[in-house]
Amino acid sequence: MAQVLTYRDALRATLMEEMDRNPAVVLLGEDIGVYQGTFRITADFLTRFGPKRVIDTPISELGFVGAAVGMAMLGLRPVVEVMTWNFSLLAADQILNNAAKLRYFSGGQVNVPLVIRGPNGAGVQLSAQHSQSLEALYAHFPGLWVVAPATPADARGLLLTALRGKDPVVFLENAALYGAKGEVQDGAAAIPFGQAEIMRRGHDVTIISYSRMVHLALVAAEQLAQQGIEAEVINLRTLRPLDRETLIRSVRRTHRAVVVQEQWRPFGAAAEIAAVIYEGAFDLLDAPVERVTGADVPMPYARNLELLALPHERDIVAAVQRTLYRQ
Amino acid sequence: MASKRGEAKVRVERTPAEPDLASSVPWYRLMVLTRRFEDEAERAFRRGKIGGYLHLYSGQEAVAAGFLAAIRADDIFFTAYRDHAHAIFRGTPPEAVMAELFGKQTGVAKGKGGSMHLFDVPRGFYGGYGIVGAHIPLATGAAYALRYQGTDRICLCFLGDGAMNSGSFHEPVNMAAVWGQDGMCPIVYIVENNKYAMGTSVDRSTVVTHLASKFGLHGIENEQVDGQDFLTVRRAAERIVARVRATGRPYAIEAITYRLVGHGAADLFQPYRNKGEVEEWKQRDPIQILERELHRAGVLDDAQVAAIHKEAEEKVAAAIKYAEESPEPPPEELPRDVSAQG
Repeated sequence: MAQVLTYRDALRATLMEEMDRNPAVVLLGEDIGVYQGTFRITADFLTRFGPKRVIDTPISELGFVGAAVGMAMLGLRPVVEVMTWNFSLLAADQILNNAAKLRYFSGGQVNVPLVIRGPNGAGVQLSAQHSQSLEALYAHFPGLWVVAPATPADARGLLLTALRGKDPVVFLENAALYGAKGEVQDGAAAIPFGQAEIMRRGHDVTIISYSRMVHLALVAAEQLAQQGIEAEVINLRTLRPLDRETLIRSVRRTHRAVVVQEQWRPFGAAAEIAAVIYEGAFDLLDAPVERVTGADVPMPYARNLELLALPHERDIVAAVQRTLYRQ
Repeated sequence: MASKRGEAKVRVERTPAEPDLASSVPWYRLMVLTRRFEDEAERAFRRGKIGGYLHLYSGQEAVAAGFLAAIRADDIFFTAYRDHAHAIFRGTPPEAVMAELFGKQTGVAKGKGGSMHLFDVPRGFYGGYGIVGAHIPLATGAAYALRYQGTDRICLCFLGDGAMNSGSFHEPVNMAAVWGQDGMCPIVYIVENNKYAMGTSVDRSTVVTHLASKFGLHGIENEQVDGQDFLTVRRAAERIVARVRATGRPYAIEAITYRLVGHGAADLFQPYRNKGEVEEWKQRDPIQILERELHRAGVLDDAQVAAIHKEAEEKVAAAIKYAEESPEPPPEELPRDVSAQG
């Protein structure tokens, strides 16, 4: 049986289920308890699980992310909510220098089973400091898994894997997706990291994306279909590990690739994905890999400028047409 | 003990009971061993056998020894990068520590951490850390976990005076005080105030030079202690550890101490302090202070002192030999231990 759930409820239900099942799971974050969570992912959790498991923290990202790392080292399974990933920069040293590396520099003596979750990417008119996509930053570091669910089913399956693994996971949600609905199988199993999903089959071009951009890619693919172009759409689900095999197999069949990301172009996820494609399918490419990205500017406030700074489905359509030399 | 929360106080606890003195002889032995270990590590560094950074604890021994003498086998602790002594005091074999400094497979972290990242988790040592102050939140969360798991274990967090000017000091310490209200943070913050953050003296980096009192601003009880006197530190530690174990509330102590050596092995000229100051502090060498006390109490004689020094020389020589002869980590070690899965 399948159930239609929102992305928010899929996260919420999965978190609740794991907390019922495993007393080692504790939550930390700003306003996750009494306030019920900025995006209401943890609404009613305080009543249900009590203040020792649902810890409202002061505004101390460095402090509470670091404390969660310490809890994880001692065998708890902390889930930290960063109100948005923008604020994680205040805790960057704890994430990058402690959580990611502890296992290695201790010679394997400790694990850090920690999940850090919250919305990543642009909202609506939140301007420069609150609209960033930080996936490439975190995916750069060995020792972290970086996850970016696009659908409610992804949200559930990937969160389950994150909560049952032994390593630190950067769990990138998207505020615009919290209300998005989708089918989730009852009792759905965990989705292993590194398994991309082919959301739409096609033979003319492969569009590769993750998180919210997957939905733009699907809209673009619809429009392209009306022009007689059949696009394959791949939802990566996780950036680290990256499912190189699925990507390469698809591109070797379609001979063309467009990578879509919300973040800035230089040194972004799309550059890495393009390199993977060149390494694995160079001999079969009929066009250079195209990148559709956010504009290389701090996010402006004015709505018209903000829309110009973000990728649009017409940008994807145009990029696909370039790979087919149709412009 | 009657002080109000947040107030700092200085305590002098001399004239310890007799059993205390006899049980301190093994700690004297460990302090002598550690001093010798540090001297030989520095020599090995000069010979090019040890790479990277090498921060020695010489002069500060009574602080870590006094506190590690006061905790149980199942308690845990964290410290920064001046961490060799903490491992050896806790019982990590000196040869495994030396092998780590030499970057060998037989080191405590298989040669992957080096001097700054010693770990001995089975003995409750959750690590040496290289970013100043950044281990303080870890220790704070670990203390919460110990209580959450329903135990009466406690956590010690050693930190330097320099760490107290970082955000990674104030944020977790504030949270510890909040959690302590519910008895959920059994931690002792032990400031090893050795007067200098690398080359910057305490009074050049903060106006509030009574460092213990900074914990008071966050609502944490605190005091200062003479960090050169093992017996005084140990007695204070026993009292504080018992209290933290019983209450689940954080407590802080500032141990006034001095590093008799440079910040790191590369700190040769020490332009930030004069020789006279170092000489003055050599008169307060913690090993000599303890030796005198044990001598006076009749639990240690000259022959025993000589034997303890000889034994330390032999153990450290054996550690150097072991480290030198141990194999380097094989190339297959490179990708191991990054992640638990995949």
